Amino acid sequence: MLDQITQQVRNFIIENFLYGDVNRGLNDTDFFLEQGIIDSTGVLELVGFLEQTYSFKVEDEELIPENLNSIALVSDYVTKKLQTQNAGSN
Amino acid sequence: MCGIAGIIDFTSNQPDEAVLRQMLGLIRHRGPDAFGIYLGGNAGLAHARLSIIDLSGGDQPIHNEDQTVWVVYNGEIFNYPELREGLEASGHKFYTRTDTEILAHLYEDRGPNLFKDVNGQFAFAIWDRTRKRLVLGRDRLGIRPLFYYHAAGRLLFGSEVKSIFADPRVPRAIDPKVISDIFTCWAPLGEDTTFKDVHQIKPGHYAVFSTEGMKTYPYWQLSFSESGSTNRPIDEQAEELKELLHDATRIRLRADVPVGAYLSGGLDSTYITSVVKKSFNNKLRTFSVAFTDGRFDETLFQQKAVQALETDHSSILCTEKQIGEIFPQVVWHSEAPLLRTAPAPLYRLSKLVRENNFKVVLTGEGSDEIFAGYDIFKEDKVRRFWARQPDSKIRPMLFQKLYPDIFSATDTRNRPFLENFFGKDLTQVDSPGYSHLIRWENTAHLHSFFSKEMQETIAGQQPFADRFAATLPADFNAWDPLSRAQYTEMSIFLSNYLLSSQGDRMAMANAVEGRYPFLDYRVVEFACKLHPHHRLHVLKEKYILRRSAADLIPPELAQRPKQPYRAPISRCFFGRDCDEDLVADHFSEDSVRRNGYFDPAKVTRLIQKCRKQNGSLSSERENMALVGILSTQLLHYMFIDEFPFYPQDELKDVKVYRQ
Repeated sequence: MLDQITQQVRNFIIENFLYGDVNRGLNDTDFFLEQGIIDSTGVLELVGFLEQTYSFKVEDEELIPENLNSIALVSDYVTKKLQTQNAGSN
Repeated sequence: MCGIAGIIDFTSNQPDEAVLRQMLGLIRHRGPDAFGIYLGGNAGLAHARLSIIDLSGGDQPIHNEDQTVWVVYNGEIFNYPELREGLEASGHKFYTRTDTEILAHLYEDRGPNLFKDVNGQFAFAIWDRTRKRLVLGRDRLGIRPLFYYHAAGRLLFGSEVKSIFADPRVPRAIDPKVISDIFTCWAPLGEDTTFKDVHQIKPGHYAVFSTEGMKTYPYWQLSFSESGSTNRPIDEQAEELKELLHDATRIRLRADVPVGAYLSGGLDSTYITSVVKKSFNNKLRTFSVAFTDGRFDETLFQQKAVQALETDHSSILCTEKQIGEIFPQVVWHSEAPLLRTAPAPLYRLSKLVRENNFKVVLTGEGSDEIFAGYDIFKEDKVRRFWARQPDSKIRPMLFQKLYPDIFSATDTRNRPFLENFFGKDLTQVDSPGYSHLIRWENTAHLHSFFSKEMQETIAGQQPFADRFAATLPADFNAWDPLSRAQYTEMSIFLSNYLLSSQGDRMAMANAVEGRYPFLDYRVVEFACKLHPHHRLHVLKEKYILRRSAADLIPPELAQRPKQPYRAPISRCFFGRDCDEDLVADHFSEDSVRRNGYFDPAKVTRLIQKCRKQNGSLSSERENMALVGILSTQLLHYMFIDEFPFYPQDELKDVKVYRQ
């Protein structure tokens, strides 16, 4: 599950913010903002992608670099979010 | 105001007249009223005239009494009547009423370093026949442009690079290293231009070219060494500033043609317009830009200013489509990659001015630089404040106060990420470029669009911030932070972007001369000596100017916060009603690959993304990338592949002086 999410997020970042550049050597732990992969105005595109792909709402208080600033952080966040959702629906 | 060009050739005794005519033809937009060429010995000088002073007798080149000194000149010396008095008293005989002739006589008395008390905006060339030397000089702030190409005993100069390229012997190539700098700080550094081996005389400098080669000298330098040296009461200083600006405006109204003004509705242009209206010209004509896109439009404030000042006002409405359509011409005139479309509306504005039969306008340009009007100065202050307590959660909240538009326009949800942006390199407060570091870094991320070859070419360069630091005055690090930030802004951006791409080039494209009272060197020197608190008071920008304006302009305009002048970007090219064909070729994989600056696959994906979103790109950086790539591609097309892209008819009625 986590691997699959990581791959999806990775594909989205490469396609949408690196314009298909697979040679950049993007690591899962690279910080988007610090390394200039996403600029602060582009973050909302990532949020839109997550909400659409995983059918949940990113709450305002979750919209922080600690959740969204690298492929690894995003994957963890999405995984937890889906788990909570599933737990909630059970 | 005019265009100048010339060839000095120590390898031949006859500069080519046909080439000089072509040089002139390429800058005839700067001066369509009369054309003159001087040919004598090793020198050929050429001039395209926009008649403003001494309409009947001022054709150039102009010479001294015994015709040993010849001048071509672009610009104005505003205090020429006063300088003339002194020169006549010491025995000089004048044959015209022009300010140009002042230069010939000043040169006789003072030699190349003739600038003391010369108050103006100018670029000139003086040929000294006796000593066989050429002097090139440029005004203190770099308001008027002056480019040159120098190789093997031969020098070509011109008001625009395109005139130099008229000579087929000059190689035409874009300099990848300069592209890299422009994709970092928006402008070429120092003497650099977009083009390899073409340089410019720096503001406040002059150069002497003789058989011994070329040497450049400074005669004036921007300095904040005396910042805070005046500690008289603020009201007294505000009064002094008022008098200075009154005089700076007064001498800028000297012309034998009517003078109008740009009125944006902001503090600066309203101030200048008020001075003119109240003291000098009760029937003032004013002009402004309006946007169909409400985010950029200032019409409401313009109307308030027009009502209060009762000027006869015209404005030009800019749609996204129109900006896209004229963009190629804008690039042709600015001769540099652009990361914004903001010059385009100014091109349309000067056209409006010209259609109303005005040749001269006063504007409020320069005030934001000298009185700390830009947000970046407040941003620097807040960052320094935050850096003293980097863990503070409260201090970064000041950015929301600073940029209410960005924080609300994008989405308040974005706040932590914006704070993260402003927190980059937070604690590097001793770095010389601290105020601008995060901007440079953010813009430099555009380098990821460069092709592999381009990346390799620029890889060996010293980091930009280090190269900039190497240009700084010796005592720079002892200046207060605000002065450092203002110097950084002015030395990089003022002449090489603002006064060129948004100033001289857009106005002169339609033969309109801008005049800038805030850039009178007396006003600049006054501002540099003020205590920093009198420029930026806590977070209130242009504090002293607001004090000076208090009883001059309506309070709601005097106290209005600054609105940055901006224009729409991506939708100008890919919006719903735009003609994509205008730009499609320049973004094509073939064209991008052939020119070699950018990665074709990435450019294609950026364009696909833009198209998918109906022309909108939400990211600031993507907007910059789009227009930066397009303008670079256009430059290559117009200046390298298809030069001259806008060919000129042969000039008629050129007066030729032979010696």
